[in-house]
Amino acid sequence: MRERVLIFGGLAVFLILFTYPLWHAAALGTQAKQPQLQLPAQAKECVAPLPYMRAAHMRLLIEWRENAVRQGVRQIHAANGKSYDASLTRTCLGECHTNKAEFCDRCHTYAGVSALYCWDCHNKPQLVAARRTP
Amino acid sequence: MKITRKDFLRLSGLSLLALAGGKAVRAVTDLAGASATAVAGSAKTVRWGMVIDLGKWRGQGTDKCIKACDAAHNIPQIPDPAREVKWIWEQPFETVFPSEQTDYTRQTYAGRPIPVMCNHCANPACVRVCPTGATWKREDGIVMMDWHRCIGCKYCVVACPYGARSFNFSNPVAYIPQVNPEFPTRSKGVVEKCNFCAERLAQGKQPVCVEACPDKSMIFGNLADPNSEIRQVLGSRFSIRRKPELGTQPNVFYIV
Amino acid sequence: MFMFEKALVGGRKYWIWIGILLALIFLGSLAYLRQATVGLVVTGLSHDVVWGLYISQFVFFIGLGASAVVVVLPYYLHDWKAFGKTTMMGEILGMCSVIVAMLFIFVSMGQPQRVLNVLLYPHPNSLIFWDLTVLSGYVLLNAVITVTLLGARHEGVPPPKWIKPVIMLSIPWAISIHTVTAFILSGLAARPFWLTPIMAPRFLVSAFSSGPALLIILILILRRLKVFDAGLEAVKKLALIVTYCMVINVFFVLMEVFTIFYSQIPSHKEHFEYLFFGLDGNYQLVPLMWLSVLLSLAALTLLLVPRWRTDTRLLTWACVLVFISLWLDKGFALLIGGFVPSPLGVVARYTPTLNEWTVAAGIWATGALMITVLYKIMLSIREEQ
Repeated sequence: MRERVLIFGGLAVFLILFTYPLWHAAALGTQAKQPQLQLPAQAKECVAPLPYMRAAHMRLLIEWRENAVRQGVRQIHAANGKSYDASLTRTCLGECHTNKAEFCDRCHTYAGVSALYCWDCHNKPQLVAARRTP
Repeated sequence: MKITRKDFLRLSGLSLLALAGGKAVRAVTDLAGASATAVAGSAKTVRWGMVIDLGKWRGQGTDKCIKACDAAHNIPQIPDPAREVKWIWEQPFETVFPSEQTDYTRQTYAGRPIPVMCNHCANPACVRVCPTGATWKREDGIVMMDWHRCIGCKYCVVACPYGARSFNFSNPVAYIPQVNPEFPTRSKGVVEKCNFCAERLAQGKQPVCVEACPDKSMIFGNLADPNSEIRQVLGSRFSIRRKPELGTQPNVFYIV
Repeated sequence: MFMFEKALVGGRKYWIWIGILLALIFLGSLAYLRQATVGLVVTGLSHDVVWGLYISQFVFFIGLGASAVVVVLPYYLHDWKAFGKTTMMGEILGMCSVIVAMLFIFVSMGQPQRVLNVLLYPHPNSLIFWDLTVLSGYVLLNAVITVTLLGARHEGVPPPKWIKPVIMLSIPWAISIHTVTAFILSGLAARPFWLTPIMAPRFLVSAFSSGPALLIILILILRRLKVFDAGLEAVKKLALIVTYCMVINVFFVLMEVFTIFYSQIPSHKEHFEYLFFGLDGNYQLVPLMWLSVLLSLAALTLLLVPRWRTDTRLLTWACVLVFISLWLDKGFALLIGGFVPSPLGVVARYTPTLNEWTVAAGIWATGALMITVLYKIMLSIREEQ
């Protein structure tokens, strides 16, 4: 009889501790800090609607890449009706998202996306300077 | 509905096989379209080629061509010659045309610097051996590199009879004196080579080496156009190519 | 189904052996981590010698994969009952050799995390695509055979009928792995040293020499440890196979030497000259080449005299000599010889670095561990009866 109390009591404590990440925000009245993105200063409109970009910008990047590199199609008509030169270095990073740390990294670090090799090659001088061995 | 473990395993195995089979069929049928890739906007046939006038290439100011390519394409300047990355460089005559070497011409030509680069062959061995299609031949004749797909197996380096390809043994970015922000660098573990300035050709410009070269020692143009400058030159002067007996059909010609 | 718990029971010597292997694997992993982080610059490879120790071990261990077919073919196709106790040993050894070979390919790649690109974007023009296909198929075949047969023996029932055609399929498949691996080298116009139709036959005979040589050594080790006796008759027959194939192997090499030196074509000659006499002041491989020749002659002397071939002590020596001689020949001679001189005439030097040797040692230890564990399971199941 005593064991039953201990067992169920212990299970309850365990479950409470185990599900802590799910309920602590509501209990303490706080909210998880959302990543704050520094939007590009010059460009006013994105190549595709925001919900799409948020969910599938990786797919867009791969599509544009395959078209540009393997098919040689460098002028791509985006969802917003405009035509862009499909160059990650010059267009995406050069004209709009010039600051990796204040834009790209904010979400990627938050989401723990670390296996990206894009910037190993598509780099701007400030990135290069940061990666030079002393 | 009762299903025995054996039957369940049999069913799952068959479903997996069907899935894999479907993917395999799709891959094989995709292959047909993957071999020759179109270059958008080209209505007439283009076959890019280059002629190098060895009479004009005298080793004076010729490093301008090489330096122009190095700067435009972020070629790392690696101090260890065993790990060099080079797209266009100079080799002594006897190593470029080994069968032209005779005991009687040795003094005239021995050691003469000859510019060498990828020959963008019409029948490239490197394209044949690449297991992932990271290198392939475009319809306009350029042998392209896709550094996103390259697995770094180096089979293409082994297959190239001209030593035109370089492998990145380490991160090259540290060795680039001045990064050109208009062109990507490469990462470690991939193979690279001259790309006939495909990115400039797309904008109607000539390759950087051809533009930077003094005296018009290099002529670049469309071999498929009988009225092009390069065809006039090839039609009027005697030219040789590197190792023609191997069947690779190089598109870089040398006027002696 | 896999009965790994049987490998967890063993005496002191067994666990010391496992411990040594695990230590080597650990060191090899650290060395590979360094290579994966810094790049292949930590190896001795260079612009002109892009394939070195790793690929040479790949080529050699594919050869060892023949240990399976060399006993499976006579036993299943021609009813050589003497091989009855060796087929499982051979299949395990062959399978683990091919796995080791594939590991060596993996560590030689510059972007190994992209290896699946070979399957996602298949290019049947490339021999590497076919190599991955036939090697994976061979490992799968042998794994299915081993698990099914061992499982049936464990249950005390005869194996299922469908395993027979699977075993039959593994025989031509085994021949294909050597042929395809040879084709990787022998179709390249850029490498006249390898551009010879006799490459695939050479691969086959050297495989049929080195594979059974290693199998003989393992059979004799298990006899010495008194844990398993595959039978001296099997050993004698295997020794005959090694002898004949070693003779043919030497003959094939002499065929190459004749064509190359009689025709006097410089682009073919210079590779042999580099290997055996040195070129441009580079004598790196000369001592290894002549050592390989010496060892193979010594091995043949021991093998060709029946009295010596049937003496297990001398036979062990002969097999070790065959193994080392072919390791030097298929590893350093064949592979490095193809790169020196380079297509631009560079007589490059290549010395594997400590990092490279450590990674290689880790992979060898992985193979030894797989063989040890699987043999332990095999022997435990046999003991049950």
